[in-house]
Amino acid sequence: MKTTRNTLRIADCGLRVAGHSVTAARRDARAVRLLLVTLLHLFAVTGSLFYVGPILAETAVSPEPAVLAAEKARIETVARISQPTIAIFSADGNGGGSGVIISSDGYALTNFHVVAPTGPAMKVGLSDGRFVDAVLVGLDPGGDVALIKLLGSNDFPAAELGDNDACRVGEWVYVVGNPFLLADDFKPTVTYGILSGVHRYQFPSGTLLEYADCLQTDAAINPGNSGGPMFDSGGKLIGINGRGSFEKRGRVNVGVGYAISINQIKRFVGLLKSGRFVDHASLGATVSTDSDRRVVVDDILESSDAYRRGLRYGDEVVRFAGREIGSANAFKNALGTFPNGWRVPLTYRRDGKEVQIQVRLGSVHRQGELEAMLQTEQDDEQLPPEHPKPEKPRPGKEPKPEQPSPAPKDPEPGKSPHGPRDPHHPGAKGKRDAEIPKEVQQYYETAPGYANYWFNRYHRQRIWNAFLAQGDFAEIGWNWKIDAKPKAGNGEVAIELTEKNGSITMPEGKSGVEFTPSLTTAVGPPRSGGLLAALHLWQRLLLVGPTKFGEVYYLGTMPWGPTEKLADCLVATHAGVETRFYFKSDNSQLVGIELFLSDDDDPCEITFDDIRPVEGRALPHHWVVRYGDNVFADLQVTNYKFGAKAVAEKK
Amino acid sequence: MLRANSMRFLDMDSRIDRSSPHSAFRIPQFFKHARAVAFAITCLFIGVSVAWASDGAAPFTQVARQVQPKVVKIYGVGGARGLEAYQSGMLISAKGHVLTVWSYVLDADEVTIVLDDGRHYVAQVVASDPMTEVALLKFDPGKDEVPHFELSMAAKAQPGARVLAFSNLFGIAVGEDPVSVLHGVVSAVAPLDARRGAFSTNYRGEVYVVDAAANNPGAAGGALTDSQGRLLGMLGKELRSNVSGTWLNYALPVAAFATTVDDMLAGRFTPAEMKDADKPANPLAFADLGIVLVPDVVNRTPPYIDRINPKTPAAAVGLRPDDLVVMIDTQVANSCREATRLIERIEHDASVRLGILRGEQFMEFTLTAKPDAASKDTTPPTSDEKK
Repeated sequence: MKTTRNTLRIADCGLRVAGHSVTAARRDARAVRLLLVTLLHLFAVTGSLFYVGPILAETAVSPEPAVLAAEKARIETVARISQPTIAIFSADGNGGGSGVIISSDGYALTNFHVVAPTGPAMKVGLSDGRFVDAVLVGLDPGGDVALIKLLGSNDFPAAELGDNDACRVGEWVYVVGNPFLLADDFKPTVTYGILSGVHRYQFPSGTLLEYADCLQTDAAINPGNSGGPMFDSGGKLIGINGRGSFEKRGRVNVGVGYAISINQIKRFVGLLKSGRFVDHASLGATVSTDSDRRVVVDDILESSDAYRRGLRYGDEVVRFAGREIGSANAFKNALGTFPNGWRVPLTYRRDGKEVQIQVRLGSVHRQGELEAMLQTEQDDEQLPPEHPKPEKPRPGKEPKPEQPSPAPKDPEPGKSPHGPRDPHHPGAKGKRDAEIPKEVQQYYETAPGYANYWFNRYHRQRIWNAFLAQGDFAEIGWNWKIDAKPKAGNGEVAIELTEKNGSITMPEGKSGVEFTPSLTTAVGPPRSGGLLAALHLWQRLLLVGPTKFGEVYYLGTMPWGPTEKLADCLVATHAGVETRFYFKSDNSQLVGIELFLSDDDDPCEITFDDIRPVEGRALPHHWVVRYGDNVFADLQVTNYKFGAKAVAEKK
Repeated sequence: MLRANSMRFLDMDSRIDRSSPHSAFRIPQFFKHARAVAFAITCLFIGVSVAWASDGAAPFTQVARQVQPKVVKIYGVGGARGLEAYQSGMLISAKGHVLTVWSYVLDADEVTIVLDDGRHYVAQVVASDPMTEVALLKFDPGKDEVPHFELSMAAKAQPGARVLAFSNLFGIAVGEDPVSVLHGVVSAVAPLDARRGAFSTNYRGEVYVVDAAANNPGAAGGALTDSQGRLLGMLGKELRSNVSGTWLNYALPVAAFATTVDDMLAGRFTPAEMKDADKPANPLAFADLGIVLVPDVVNRTPPYIDRINPKTPAAAVGLRPDDLVVMIDTQVANSCREATRLIERIEHDASVRLGILRGEQFMEFTLTAKPDAASKDTTPPTSDEKK
């Protein structure tokens, strides 16, 4: 009772005091007393430094210019990093988390566990007060990352991507987002702290959501911060917040939050744009730390690329993806940041000798397996969304440790605002179309294996259109003659292709292949991995285009060629074999082909460059053909001759 | 409660509010306090801003790298729910002396110490002090160099000072991972008035109260340093304020245990007999719960349940003869004697959580001697809430 009375009185005093100077108040002993009581109470009770202003003014402290400059810089940084930070809600305005825009055309990152309950359509609030529609693009459920796209503008404020590998423990970081969904006007909350740990590993929560190589901070990350950005002191994006360690103190921050590293996400973003479920990588081998603290291969699949590259049971893994590997954990940590199919350098030691190999990583899950897992996780309702009007966080409320951070349980579980929960995953067969707003429907398409097939089709077409702009091959027909010289040594190489067969004459000899309805055995010429079949499928793509080729989908961007620059990749299946076509991401030049005649053999890889127009069609004049660890041929093309054209010339 | 400075002010305010005849006399004093607060806050602002001003160069990154190798991960007994099998420790000699907090984790013949670079050693407990709950461990580093703190070089800090807390909280660091670093300021230097479960702490001296969430599971034994990386104190176990019930973030200043540790290092430490001051006036007994333990015949008679009396709280929750009592609340009961001692420290009407081994299975039961006083809920709590 007494407390209440005091508080009331203080509030009253506070109002009155506000208009008076301290010197004026001094005349009245009672007023002075009240003033002090007020100030002290306000400070002690609320901890608010704001009210201390009058006293500070009287003591006339002038901060150092350096301090003021630092403060100004900080305010500017906060203003800058607030702009790309978004608040994400489900389409009906309920539940949600945070996110960050990474390109002006509206692509934004958030957590998988934020969009899992929202479905493919969501609403996004920007710090300038805009409230726009957004659509799910791609999902990385293993890494707890989702890519979404904001609709309706091409001028969104985008965050600048940083490099989390350059971050050190003790550095200042900002965490921006919408904890407890506080911001009614979408102006995000900013918390700051230091990096408490880098290269941390957090075990999967449930069967998915593994945080490998993540950042740990003591900046407050709370329910609702999920999916939001972490910035370094320079305002560059270094991570996506999504998780915290909670225990007996309730589901509020207790000094430990985690962010998914941006370098990992950079590898995934280009793949997520394909609208697919993107899987993480496995080596096809497992390692363990032995008693001498060496990290050794304790199991390896003979069908894995690592095995084909020479890695064997008992080899010591020294470096992986540019990192020294000091423990099995360190290896797991490094591996967890790579997408399925990525190629990374690996150094192993055997009999005291170090060998470096380039390994193509496999997938963690079998085809369809990831989707099946998503479905069960969804059924479990493990990840309730943050509710717009959360209960006051109750310290002491029994939390589950190590859970992703959205948030206080739905207060009325029976009356979900989403209506009956759709058992399907968003994207795959998602929410019923009726629930998706019209504006979003035109950017959304379901297909098995896709979060949003619309984006796959869109990018496939975008790449093909850009390629066609460099010359249309549709009319030139199947009969090609290509003359080339080996880069090293003398001799001539002649390649002849028709719709039914192909042949190659090299100094070493001549080889031919029939293009039958199944190409799985078309390995010729020997030791090429199927060069002629690859050229045949190249022709097929150029002549009929991706829509008539067979099944063609956009994989996303993968590193390609000696520079390992990211290239757009189309995966095409025809005649029982898979072919990957790589297009330069800036101008869509066709820069490479990989033909996989079988799942457990190396592909035939052709790297194209020196791309010049031949009669108005861009064609590569330098080919490097690889199979496994060997270069099969390094050719400079001297002449392309097309059947129909050749006839025309004779006339 | 921790008599933090701010709380003192609160106390005085209420005195003034009563409009005592002496209040006018106290006004100048108040001015002094007000100025002191203003000054402290100004300092704080400057402190914070200076730290910010120098970011980029971020001295914390260097300090962190200097200090992290001196803080170790300790693995010992535990692993059941709410009882982590790990904690933190500080290296305090080149010969492999590790200072940490006494806990059930150390209740083993040997524990494992893992250094910042992944090197690991087996250590034994040299001595422990029931008063400060400081424990000294020793491992043999052989010819290896071990980085360490010099206790004699420890620093002191005032409220407002920036601090860093180094520990393996939540067991996040494994193998060669360095421990976690949290930052904050000293909120107060104040006497500890806190409890763990139902027990008040023995130590009632001054502690550094910090605004970083320094005392999480596994953090006990970690280091609190100033912004230059100089040792200020050791992070304690998770405790709640006796007054407010809130979880405390604090560290024991080096001065509180320096002499004890010196004695321990010199081999002349004898722990003081602990007074049973905390023993409740009306303590609980196993009989109140309906439990009869096996006769206590040797020093370490395992506390097996001999009999369960019918229509008692123990019978109601389903305890059975031959159940082995292993835990009482969060304490390990490794003998009949220890179990009896532990149960006697609980108020007769408080609920108690018993950890039971039945065959191979670990089970938990929560029971109360007065069934009407608390719920008969037998689901094991995952937090300390119910203690």
